[in-house]
Amino acid sequence: MMRFLRQLMRNPSGLIGLIIVVTAIAIALFGPLIFPTSPWRMVQRPFLPPFALSAVPLGTDALGRDVFAGIIYGARVSLLVGLVSTLAALAVGIPLGAVAGYFGGRIDDALMRFTEFFQTIPSFALAIVLVAILQPSIYSIVASIAIVSWPPVARLVRGEVLSLRSREYVQAAIVTGQTHRWIIWHEVLPNALSPVIVLASLMIATAILLESSLSFLGLGDPNLISWGYMVGAGRTVIRQAWWITVFPGLAILLSVLGLNLVGEGLNDALNPRLARDGR
Amino acid sequence: MRPDPAVAIKDLRIALPRGGERAYAVDGVSFDLNPGEIVCVVGESGSGKSMCAHALMGLLPDSVTAEAGTILFEGRNIVPLDENGWRDLRGRRIAMVFQEPMTALNPLMRIGDQMAEMFEAHGLLSPRQRRDKSLDLAREVGLPDPERIVRAYPHQLSGGQRQRAMIAMALALEPAVLVADEPTTALDVTTQAQILKLIRDLQRSRNMAVMFITHDFGVVADIADRVVVLRHGKVVEQGSAAAVLGQPQHPYTRALLAAVPSIHPPQRLALGDRNKAIEAIGLDKTYVTSGGWFRPDRTVQAASQVSFSILQGETLGLVGESGSGKSSVARLVVRLIKADRGTVRIGDIDLTCLEGNALRDQRRRIQMIFQDPFASLNPRRKVGQIISDGPIAHGSDPKMAQTRCRELLALVGLDPGAMERYPHEFSGGQRQRIGIARALALEPEILVADEAVSALDVSVQAQVLNLLEDLKTRLGLSMLFITHDLRVAAQICDRIAVMQRGVIVELKQTAALFAAPEHSYTRELLAAVPGQKKQVSLSK
Repeated sequence: MMRFLRQLMRNPSGLIGLIIVVTAIAIALFGPLIFPTSPWRMVQRPFLPPFALSAVPLGTDALGRDVFAGIIYGARVSLLVGLVSTLAALAVGIPLGAVAGYFGGRIDDALMRFTEFFQTIPSFALAIVLVAILQPSIYSIVASIAIVSWPPVARLVRGEVLSLRSREYVQAAIVTGQTHRWIIWHEVLPNALSPVIVLASLMIATAILLESSLSFLGLGDPNLISWGYMVGAGRTVIRQAWWITVFPGLAILLSVLGLNLVGEGLNDALNPRLARDGR
Repeated sequence: MRPDPAVAIKDLRIALPRGGERAYAVDGVSFDLNPGEIVCVVGESGSGKSMCAHALMGLLPDSVTAEAGTILFEGRNIVPLDENGWRDLRGRRIAMVFQEPMTALNPLMRIGDQMAEMFEAHGLLSPRQRRDKSLDLAREVGLPDPERIVRAYPHQLSGGQRQRAMIAMALALEPAVLVADEPTTALDVTTQAQILKLIRDLQRSRNMAVMFITHDFGVVADIADRVVVLRHGKVVEQGSAAAVLGQPQHPYTRALLAAVPSIHPPQRLALGDRNKAIEAIGLDKTYVTSGGWFRPDRTVQAASQVSFSILQGETLGLVGESGSGKSSVARLVVRLIKADRGTVRIGDIDLTCLEGNALRDQRRRIQMIFQDPFASLNPRRKVGQIISDGPIAHGSDPKMAQTRCRELLALVGLDPGAMERYPHEFSGGQRQRIGIARALALEPEILVADEAVSALDVSVQAQVLNLLEDLKTRLGLSMLFITHDLRVAAQICDRIAVMQRGVIVELKQTAALFAAPEHSYTRELLAAVPGQKKQVSLSK
């Protein structure tokens, strides 16, 4: 584990990504404790420009709400949605892919056709439809993002398992009389996991973007402030008050960039061929 | 007075990246290559023999550097050459033949075009002349039907034909020096014999200097004029082939030669009338690759009416070339694949008709040792877990399994401390011992060894063979021993079955098979075993 962290550190862009992500997580965890004011409360006159008052460093929006407080509280929602929906997608995608790849044949055919069914529908359109049907709430948003993002996981895991299945150590486990479940769990999956971890870090980034897009369209949870909601709410007055959209937009940009850098760094660290090669 | 050497390597030292197992891949190596002479560079894996070849071709990886020494070629030192200088030299003056012809050829280019590319790369001849020349080359290296084959793609050729094509490419520009890096290791014995003869003939007719890298002393005996023995990057012995093979001076050379199994089978005790441990009756297996909508299916007959039985305490060898179906038979016997027809009987239980838990229960009676010691152990599990997983799956108490695991490791000659370590911390031979311990953990009656020693160096191979033989007698095991190496088969098997294209063509007592082979294919196989003209093995 330590060696692995050192690998990640050696990659400067991965390190930068890690710093950004850790900062974002720290803000989400401890920010609301330091700024106990609700982001929905009006604290100043509307359209106060940024850097004018130290109490509201990033200005206020059309209703006089603190943009800085919004960004801090929004970090919770954005990161939470990203994390939980990715975990849910993994929970669906990994078992499906593993079963399809391990057993092959008709089971594989059936599961993969099912997966393709989801892949053929444009994912954002499907997410919008799902949220609209289920009523916008944090649960329906997480569910719909998970539903549109598990198919790539299933495909990836299936491919990995398919190639691992013919390895001699898997055959050795079959010969020693292990059950299929044991073999998948102990022999196959641990060796298939590193590309999945990389994919997962990128999926969190995509999920944050999806949530932002949904909130921007007004399909966010009405009780929770999120970065996407703030960008959406500020877009009508972007010419008079640029700061209402730009700062939450920057927050999205930075956290997605950070996650992407971490994903790339993980890829380099977990890929033995890249990590050791002198070239 | 001898003519000047074509290549003179002097005090060559190649540094490995820091933190490797040793500081230098090649340390102070000196030898000459003379025109019209084949120099065999012999050594076990990791001895630095391939590094020598790559240094001579300017193909060293970026992470290693030639730190000291010179390679004199045509009167100048070629070690400090830049990429342009190398490009001019490679192919034209020094050419190379690689180990694996399938990966060394471009799969998307016709053979003839790849040969013509040699001239194109050096800006020689017109396109028409290049085509004619590649046809001549194909003819010279003995490719059948040259007009057709220059238009074929690599996958349409057999392994031997591909290697011939590689040799043709290497010879295209009439190089002064040919470097051959294990050119026959990936080939079957009969093909190997042909390729060796081809290299020998071409080398004589063109008066080339050849550097031939190999680990196989049989090949050395057949082809070498001079021999250089490498160990840990240092030359331990060099001299004429007759001297090195006949009167080896260095103890390491002697040990290597002693480890080469003899082709003469030792006297074996008659087994008398014992019970059959396992019986295979009429096994059939056909692989069908679906051809899609408009093409017919491709079928390969891997096993056809394969029948044999193994007595208790007996070793049956299954020999044949690649694609003969011997590995399929091994997998059929342990039921990793299902037979189309036929039965496998262990004692009075029919293994072929069992399913689910009943099959899992019976599996402990027949265990398998795999070929590749690097692929057959899960890299993420500790050795202790790998060995005790099987007994625990069969209901053994984890504590008991741990104790048993310690005993097994001692049995195969490993330290009990190995339990807490991961497979990558072990060498190839040690890993194979772990694989054997895993197979023995379930106390099987029958062991199936699928090319269990093929991936190992000769000295390690000899140790593992001794271990298997010893365990077999001590535990009263029966063994199905699959190999392509007739020398190994001669040493360990009581009886040998010869397979060709999925059929057992001959099955006899080992001594009888070697003394009087009946089937023409058996005779062909025996004749192709390298190193029979000179005595290479010091064992027995």
